[in-house]
Amino acid sequence: MEPQLDHHKGLARHVCGECCTKIEGIGVTLSGNRVLENVSLHLHCGELTTLVGPNGAGKSTLLRTLLGELPHSGRIHFLPVFGHGRQDAPAIGYVPQQLEFDRFSPISVQDAFSSALSRWPVVLWHSRRDRNTAREALAAVHAEHLIGRKLGELSGGELQRVLLALSLTPVPNLLLLDEPVSGIDLPGREMFYRTVSELRRQFDLAILMVSHDLTGVTAVSDRIVFLNRRIVCSGTPAEVIANPEVRRTFGLDLVIPTPTRP
Amino acid sequence: MNTWHSLISLLPFEWTQFGFMRTALLAVLIVSPLFALMGTLVVNNRMAFFSDAIGHASLTGVGLGVLLGLADPLWALVAFALILGVGIIALQRFTRSAMDTVISLSMSFSIALGVVLLSQGGNFNKFTHYLIGDLLSITPGEVGQLLVTSVLVGGALLFAYNRILLIGLNESLARSRGMSAWWTQMLFCTAIVMVVTMNLRWVGILIVNSMLIVPAAGARNIAKNARQYVFYAVGIALFSGVAGLIASFYTNTATGATIVLVAMACFVVTLGIKAARHRWAGEWPSGTRIIG
Repeated sequence: MEPQLDHHKGLARHVCGECCTKIEGIGVTLSGNRVLENVSLHLHCGELTTLVGPNGAGKSTLLRTLLGELPHSGRIHFLPVFGHGRQDAPAIGYVPQQLEFDRFSPISVQDAFSSALSRWPVVLWHSRRDRNTAREALAAVHAEHLIGRKLGELSGGELQRVLLALSLTPVPNLLLLDEPVSGIDLPGREMFYRTVSELRRQFDLAILMVSHDLTGVTAVSDRIVFLNRRIVCSGTPAEVIANPEVRRTFGLDLVIPTPTRP
Repeated sequence: MNTWHSLISLLPFEWTQFGFMRTALLAVLIVSPLFALMGTLVVNNRMAFFSDAIGHASLTGVGLGVLLGLADPLWALVAFALILGVGIIALQRFTRSAMDTVISLSMSFSIALGVVLLSQGGNFNKFTHYLIGDLLSITPGEVGQLLVTSVLVGGALLFAYNRILLIGLNESLARSRGMSAWWTQMLFCTAIVMVVTMNLRWVGILIVNSMLIVPAAGARNIAKNARQYVFYAVGIALFSGVAGLIASFYTNTATGATIVLVAMACFVVTLGIKAARHRWAGEWPSGTRIIG
């Protein structure tokens, strides 16, 4: 183990605010196009880092690179904070943008949990341990009533909460959320952000969240990174919002004209 | 085996008096649950077209076996189907092209090659029993082989069921949980090849895929979770297997095809149950997809 890891010893489950994942000089080229260029980013435990940027900025590509799905240059260094998960293959929780799946598949929420948690075939029966784990995990995101429902019958917000619960079982070193609230109504969004915010402190998680919704995330994010193939600016929400390029991209300076009576 | 025969012949039906019917019944009872279990995964993971291609590739396998002068072309058949299956998955992964196009291409190639090999010298008729299959010709020794391979493949499928299910649900999600999509797909592909090729001579190339797909498709209409799904699929497969076998005895038709027709009837019944449930619940929005 490298010496810089020592500060994590014995600190698991306490907010340590130290680096959990170091991304150093990442570059990704997909079918000849340079999608990411020299991206360096440190993710800290107990902190929610939000990735914003225009369409095609490479936000989802960065997440997929962290998941090990894409070839890249540069280095990704994971620190095994919680003991489980190896340095080259840490436990990563992942909530996809919109789970693309066959909504007619007869797979219940419990089936999804059991099949992810154990090898005991879900077609026989669910072990008491799997049932308890699933119930507790769902309770943490206020979704325990969904346990017996078919995945395809859940609403967008319900599905995202179930996926969040799944990604947190067992508690990962790093949680990746890819536009988790796109297509969800405002109350659903607020509930999702609130839940994520609670969990970050509770489990001392390093969270990287991709979002389109800059105004919605400023209140919950610890840091915001503005990405457009490379990192344009990063810092606290206040710092990023003050950046002229961010203001231009998100149209923050636009004034909505109020209709005046003649 | 003797106990089985004396037990079944006690039943007061005409067909139970024939040894080949009793042996065939045993074969049906062994393979139906396996077909159903495998079918649930094939349908969930949208591999129906893939397993179809494997069945058709077997024709080429038989051709190659004959060309190599093998007494029993079974091994050439397994080897060729395996190479083709792995080839399809590898090609799809590395070129990132659409799965159906890749399968269509490989299927065109293998069928053409198979027909060319087998029609050499105008002897194609000799091989038509591979197309239609003949369940009634199965011997007790072959049922024994079927039992061993079915238990092995069934065990492997149960062992990998959760992983295959999760990868079918969403690959990125499964990957984030440290599952290797490649190895799981390889295992699944091997299992499909084994099931399809081992049963080819009894069921026939033309309908082996229906034996996989129809019970699972029917079960999908009425199941709410994975356990019900497999339970209903096995039920439909066993019922249509036994009913189809007995019906084929009285109608004097090809057994495999008769079984598939009974399974199709079961499918229509599940469709009715699904529609009735929707009506009961008062939901019947326009454009609802009934077949799922």
